[in-house]
Amino acid sequence: METFEDFLKRILSIIFWLLLLSPVIIFPIFFLIIPVLGISIPTTNEFLTALIDPIKGIQLADKYGVGPSSTFFKIAAFPGFTFAALMATLIILYERKLIAKVQLRVGPLYAGRFEGVLQPIADLFKLLGKEIIVPERADKLFFWLAPILSIGLGAALLAVLPLSPNIYIARSEVSLLIPFAIIGFTPLVILIAAWASSNKFAFIGGLRALHQLIAYEIPMLISVLGVVILSGSLDLMIIVESQQQVWFIIPQLLGAIIFYITILSELERTPFDIPEAETELVSGWLTEYTGMHFGLLQLGLYIKFYALSLLFTLLFLGGWYGPAFLPPLAWLLIKLFFVITVVILPRAVMPRLRIDQLMRLGWVWLIALSFINLFIAVIEVSLGLI
Amino acid sequence: MQVVNQGGDQMVLHVGPQHPGSGHFRIIVTIDGDYIVAAKPDPGYVHRGAEKMAEYRTYIQNIPHLERPVIIDATGITLPYVLAAERILDVESPERAQYIRMIMAELNRIISHLYWLAIYGIFLGHSTMFMWPMGDRELFIDLAESIGGTRVTFSFVVPGGVRNDIPEGFKERALKTFQYFEKRIKEYEEIFFNNPLMKSRTVGIGILKKQNAIKLGITGPNLRASGIDSDTRKDEPYCLYDEVNFDIPVYQEGDSYARCMVRLKELQQSMDIIRQVLDRMKPGPIKHVIRGVMRGEPGEAFVRTEAARGTMFFHIVSDGERFPYRVKISVPSFRNLIGMSHLLVGSRLADMPAVYWSLDYWPVEADK
Repeated sequence: METFEDFLKRILSIIFWLLLLSPVIIFPIFFLIIPVLGISIPTTNEFLTALIDPIKGIQLADKYGVGPSSTFFKIAAFPGFTFAALMATLIILYERKLIAKVQLRVGPLYAGRFEGVLQPIADLFKLLGKEIIVPERADKLFFWLAPILSIGLGAALLAVLPLSPNIYIARSEVSLLIPFAIIGFTPLVILIAAWASSNKFAFIGGLRALHQLIAYEIPMLISVLGVVILSGSLDLMIIVESQQQVWFIIPQLLGAIIFYITILSELERTPFDIPEAETELVSGWLTEYTGMHFGLLQLGLYIKFYALSLLFTLLFLGGWYGPAFLPPLAWLLIKLFFVITVVILPRAVMPRLRIDQLMRLGWVWLIALSFINLFIAVIEVSLGLI
Repeated sequence: MQVVNQGGDQMVLHVGPQHPGSGHFRIIVTIDGDYIVAAKPDPGYVHRGAEKMAEYRTYIQNIPHLERPVIIDATGITLPYVLAAERILDVESPERAQYIRMIMAELNRIISHLYWLAIYGIFLGHSTMFMWPMGDRELFIDLAESIGGTRVTFSFVVPGGVRNDIPEGFKERALKTFQYFEKRIKEYEEIFFNNPLMKSRTVGIGILKKQNAIKLGITGPNLRASGIDSDTRKDEPYCLYDEVNFDIPVYQEGDSYARCMVRLKELQQSMDIIRQVLDRMKPGPIKHVIRGVMRGEPGEAFVRTEAARGTMFFHIVSDGERFPYRVKISVPSFRNLIGMSHLLVGSRLADMPAVYWSLDYWPVEADK
C-alpha cells in the first residue's frame, strides 16, 4: 500500500528527472532540428504577448501559419476535429437528458451545477483515470490499433462535409462519395477490434456488426443516388445549393426514410444495436475495451453520429438554407439537432431486433425500396418536376 | 484469437455467472452458427443450505431466514411457511389477519411481477420498459412498507396472525395508486406489449406445448401460458381466497409473449383482489398471541400456496422440539428451470434472453 508520502516522493522524483532531462531534449530541438528544417518559431517576446493579448495572439498565429484561416486550424479545430468532438460530447449529454425525460427520470443533474452540463467532462476524466487492461491473449498490436483507427475514421468523415458556404475543410467534386468510401472501412475496424480481443462474445459481436454494416451500406448508397439524380452533381456544395427552392426530403421522402433507417443501423443504435446486445453478448465487440480505449471507440462512434446526421441535413433538409434572420450556420445547427433528436428517439420506444430480422429488412426490403426510390427520382426529373 | 476446435462449427459459450444477462447462475450454451444446439443450466452459485439452516432456528427465527431466498416476493415464501407452522403449532389466525395476509401476498405479487417486467424490458433492449415499471414499483413498495415497515423483507406474516394492522388511510391510498396504475398498464401496452418489434421478438419464440408443460412439471404463470388452468388460489384455496372473485388469465399459445401477457393480466387481477379484500374487511383482532416458547406437536404439515413465480410448497416435520426437525421447500423457480434447456434448444442465440427471462427464473430461490 502506497502512503501519501510515497506518492509525493514519486511525483517529486518524476519532476526532478524531467527537469534534469529537459535540456537534453529541448536544446537539440532548438539548436539543431529547427535551424536545419528552416521553421520559424515565435520569439519569447511574441509568445508572452500572445498569452496576454488574444487579438495579437490570433495575428501571431496567422503569421506562423496556424491562424483561423489556415488549413491546420480547419482540420484540428473548426470545423474539424475539436468541433466534432465537442458536438459528440454535446450529443452524449443531449441523448442522456432526452432519454431520461422520456423515461420519467432526471438524467445527469449534479456535474456543472446546471442540469449536469459538465457530465461528459466528468465522464472523460473518469475514463482517463481508469486502468487500460489488455487481455493476456489479445493481439496487442491490433488491440491498440482499433481505437485509433476508429477515431481516425470518424474524423476523416468530416473532411469534405461543409457547414456553410464558406466554412469547410476541403472541397471536392465527388465530396458525396468520399464519406461513403470512408464508412466502408468501418467493418474492418470493428473486425480488427473483435478479433484482437480474443473473446467469444466480442467475436460474435464483431461478426454481427460486419453482417449488419455490409447489409446496410448498399441501400444507403442507392438511397442517396436519388438526390444525385435530382441535383445532377456529386458535390455536396452543389447538392445543397440546388435545394434553395425545395428541400429534397419532399421529392425524395422514401429515400430520406431509407437513409434514416440505414443511419440507425450504421451507428448501431436501437433497434439495430444488435452487435452490442448486452443481455446476450455482454457488450459485443467493445467487451474487452476499458478506460480511454473504450472512450476513444465511443468518441469515434459519436463523431460518426455527428457526421452522418450532418450528411442527412445536407442531403435532404436543405443544409444551411432558411429565412435570412439567422446566419446559415445557425440554420444548419438547428436542422442538425432536429436530425439528432430523431435519431436518438427510437432508443426510448423500441426493443432490439434480431440479426436475421435485420438482415431480411436490409437485403430484401431496403434494397428493393431504394431502387423504387431511384425510379421515382428519374420520373421526377424526366417530368421536369424539380 | 485462439480458437479451440469443438468439433464441427460449434462454439461453447459460458453465459454467466458474471454476465449482464444471466443473474447468479450459468447457462452453458453450445451454438452452431446462430442456433443453440445445447443449453445446460448450471445453478448452485448462491446455494446456502437454507433448508438445513432452518433446522437450527426456532419457528419465529425462521421467518426472516426463509424469506431470504426470494426477497423480491417475501410474503410469497413466508406465507406457506407460516401456514405450515400454524398447523404444527396448532394455532388459528383471526379473520382480519387472513385478509391482511392476502393484501400483502397480492402486493408482493405485483412488486415481483413489476420487477420481472422491468428486467424483461431491458433484456429485449427496451430501456424505457426498464425504467417505467421500476418507478411504478416504488408506489407498491410504499404501500407495502406502510403495512410491513420495511421496503422488501417484511417478515410480516407470523404464526397466529400478522405483526401489524393496516394503517389509517391505507384504503384511500391503495385505491388511488391502483387507479393511477391502471392508466399506466395501458401505457405499458402501447409502448411495449403492442409494439410490433416486441411482438416480432417474442411471438412464437420458445413455445412450451401443453403436454410438455405437464411432463416437465412447470408451475405458475408459465403453466397458465401453456393453456392449463391451474392456480393454487383457486384449486386449493388458502387464507380466504375462496371468498373473493377473480379470474385466472390463461393463454393457449405457450410462447414468450403469452407468458408476458399472463403476468400483465395478473397485475390487474391482484389489484382487483385487494380491492375486494379492502371492502370485505371488518375490524377485529389481528393476532392470536402465543405465550411462551413455541413448541409444536410431533407431526408433519404440508402447505401449498401460489407465490408470484408459481406453486410454493412447504413440508415441515416436527419432533416436538423448539426447532423444526426438517423443512423442505419446493420452489417454483427450480421447477421452471427444468423447462429452460428444453425451450432454448433450437432457438437463436439472440432469443436466449427473450426465452430465459420469460420463465421468470430467480436463481437465489432455485438454489435456496
